[in-house]
Amino acid sequence: MLEVNDLWVDVNGKQVLKGVDLNIPSGETHILFGKNGSGKSSLLMTVMGFRRYKIRQGRICFKGEDITRMPIDKRARMGIGLAFQKPPGIRGVKTRDIFNVCNTNEVSCNALAEKFEFSELLERELNVGFSGGEMKKSELLQLLLQDPDFVMLDEPESGVDLENLDILGKAINKLLQKHLWRTRAKSGLVISHLGFILNYIDADAGYVLMDGHIHCRGNPRELFKGIQRHGYRECVECQR
Amino acid sequence: MSEIRKSRAELAIDKKAVFGPDVDLIQYGVPAEDASDGLNLETLTHEDRAQIIHSGVDLDDQNRAGTFLQADHRIVHCAVKQPGLEVLPMATALDEHPWLEELYWQAVPVDADKYTAQAELHFQNGYFIRARAGQHVTTPIQACLYMTHDKSAQNVHNVIIAEEGSELNIITGCTTAPRLQSGLHIGISEFYVKRGAKLTFTMIHDWAEDVVVRPRSGIVVEEDGLFLSNYVSLKPVRSLQMYPTARLTGPGAVARFHSILAAPPGCELDTGARVLLEASHTRAEIISRTITTGGTIRARGHLVGLKPDVKAHLECHGLILADEGVIHAIPELEGHKAGVEMSHEAAVGKIDEEEIEYLMARGLTEEEATATIVRGFLNVQIEGLPPELQAEVDRAIEESEKSML
Repeated sequence: MLEVNDLWVDVNGKQVLKGVDLNIPSGETHILFGKNGSGKSSLLMTVMGFRRYKIRQGRICFKGEDITRMPIDKRARMGIGLAFQKPPGIRGVKTRDIFNVCNTNEVSCNALAEKFEFSELLERELNVGFSGGEMKKSELLQLLLQDPDFVMLDEPESGVDLENLDILGKAINKLLQKHLWRTRAKSGLVISHLGFILNYIDADAGYVLMDGHIHCRGNPRELFKGIQRHGYRECVECQR
Repeated sequence: MSEIRKSRAELAIDKKAVFGPDVDLIQYGVPAEDASDGLNLETLTHEDRAQIIHSGVDLDDQNRAGTFLQADHRIVHCAVKQPGLEVLPMATALDEHPWLEELYWQAVPVDADKYTAQAELHFQNGYFIRARAGQHVTTPIQACLYMTHDKSAQNVHNVIIAEEGSELNIITGCTTAPRLQSGLHIGISEFYVKRGAKLTFTMIHDWAEDVVVRPRSGIVVEEDGLFLSNYVSLKPVRSLQMYPTARLTGPGAVARFHSILAAPPGCELDTGARVLLEASHTRAEIISRTITTGGTIRARGHLVGLKPDVKAHLECHGLILADEGVIHAIPELEGHKAGVEMSHEAAVGKIDEEEIEYLMARGLTEEEATATIVRGFLNVQIEGLPPELQAEVDRAIEESEKSML
């Protein structure tokens, strides 16, 4: 579904990705671990097409098509969706209006909001004054409406209380079609800093991103255990 | 009394205004007396009707408590549908109500500048709207000042009175005939909000590109009275300068001014509001949202706290959508007593790229994302504004959006 080859990226003149390779097949969810500032969000933003992230070298292919120079909205319409870690507040724009923009399959926004205890926020300005948990929920519900084939989640668990983690976990499972097995087509790339998300979703592979390089590919739970025991540096030095 | 007024006006006829570029009044003639004779709703041309409707006026008087329509200096239509409400041409009101002389030119000085002087010396009517004491006229009253003659001046004087305990909601659409290119509009508006009354005034301007506009407004709000002003100007206009001043004279009086302005290239707007909080427990709010796509905007605001226990807030937010555009926010707070609570916030800048890209990640094109953000920026939900009037403001924004971006 997504193939990234030898990706080198600068932000404001600083190199943030240094030759990243990735291959996420259809139906699989991969987890990206890494310290703050390791380049995890930069990778997601680059795949989405944000202009601040200048691609110096390399190629991004989605569904077999080269999207390296494609504008963001076209990527979104091709089926790439991103839940932001800290989405910007958009003054004067109702959350409901953006939900309607995302709603490609004519799902009932009201029913969806009710199911995820989000109804009261629909009339509020998008992301303005939202708590951490409310922001994450808003992002995931937008993606549920957008229904992308490739889902990118940037630290979906950060700032979320335990009670809401369960609700978010359900939303993520729905997004990634975890209820399907043989016919599952959705793929995902999820950034996790704390690893809580592993309790809620079954991931197929994990990596550690450090200093702009991908290290240590493997089973996500085992990887995370290793990181917990020995820290990121050890994990990288192990170079499995 | 009128003789004294006249001589004061004569002395001020060359007096330049404090703000805004000076206008040579001689350049704008006054249409001949019979120029729009015989005009009424039936004889309006299709083109004129379309333009007036476009400015938000309902020519069928549906869902309106009253209507006043003046083209140049002629009254085209004046109707009232609710008891306890008066809508009259200003000249008629001055004849019918001798007591009006006492209020006339009290909220705006006749010799403030050359424009007030011209409005007195070359008076061309205007409207008088009054809600009698205790009358709640919740259905909006509409007024339209329409200009049809190129290179001419329209000088009108309006007086609006919300008597004790009454409520008035007024929507005015000022506009020009599509065939008109240039002109001068001078509009004097005096508002008297009596004890416990509520007056909402929504003005939507839609001028021609080379029109010069000089409104002069004064507001007096008595004890527990509420004055709510909404001003929308999103279409091109060569030069607009106004600085309405409200005096809150009684305890508990409230004034709120909301402006939504856009300046396309070649357009110069110098607007704002001033509120004098003259009594304790008065409150004021001045909020402006301005956008330039190449024109110049000076967004002023001046709050003057003269008594303790007053609260006032000023907010100027500007969005620059083109490099040639200028927004100059000039917020002023002036506290004269300990115990005044006054604040302001001003921000001028471009649209945050992150917001555009965020919406693009939801599938909107760059143009759609920008339009959504601009619409949101202009979307000032005005507390206490009747839904019909909010709908008119929303409609004006929506209609201007395409030409603006």
